[in-house]
Amino acid sequence: MADEHRRGGGGGGRGRGGQRGAAGKEMGQRRSLFRRRKVCKFCADKIDYIDYKDVRMLTPFVPERAKILPRRISGVCAAHQRTLQTAIKRARQLALVPYVTE
Amino acid sequence: MNGQRQYELVYVVSPQASEQDVTDLHAQIEATVARFGAQLAKTENWGRRKLAYEIGGHKEATYVLEVIDGGGDVMKEIDRRLKVNEQVLRHLVVRVDEELRAAERTRARRQGEAQRRAERRPAPAPSAQQPAAAGAPGGEGAGEQERDEEPEA
Repeated sequence: MADEHRRGGGGGGRGRGGQRGAAGKEMGQRRSLFRRRKVCKFCADKIDYIDYKDVRMLTPFVPERAKILPRRISGVCAAHQRTLQTAIKRARQLALVPYVTE
Repeated sequence: MNGQRQYELVYVVSPQASEQDVTDLHAQIEATVARFGAQLAKTENWGRRKLAYEIGGHKEATYVLEVIDGGGDVMKEIDRRLKVNEQVLRHLVVRVDEELRAAERTRARRQGEAQRRAERRPAPAPSAQQPAAAGAPGGEGAGEQERDEEPEA
């Protein structure tokens, strides 16, 4: 518990993407109190291989502007972020995932 | 060793190409694969999909996936052919055997760990019932997490 508390306080001023506007505001107010500890989605779901062909798995990590969602926001662990990154880049080459959006 | 590699090939065919063109293209690849003594492990036609961005004015295209077991020389030839073909908007060759093997290894490791934990568990079971409600303050944080994970598996 104490552990979570510390993490919440430490992860202070982060840029907030538009897509989590409402949630971000709410969290901003009680920032110093408590923040839910983020867990790597891939570790939790026990996904070993992040497939570039599986667009549904990738889209949550490619928000609006089609930039790859940073780890500090998504909570993905380093190892999985690395594989996720190559998967997204491969998917982009095949036009499964956009490079940019207007 | 060279023959043990596995490749995934995805190619994106222009929407102007007919069904026949797509099957022709597939036949061509099949022939190339056979000529090099490789195997076609899987073929999947995803049909028409919307493109994430426009390619040459097209908004959708046909996707085909082929999984090929063979050496690098086959892929080189197929890659060359696809580059030449004007109907193919995009193609991607990825060597997957090593990645899949690594994924398999982590899965095996996790299963092994789960099993070891399951074997270890019956011993402290009688005392474990009580601290279930009070959490496991005696144990370290990692131990607590492990216990949380197990019912899902």
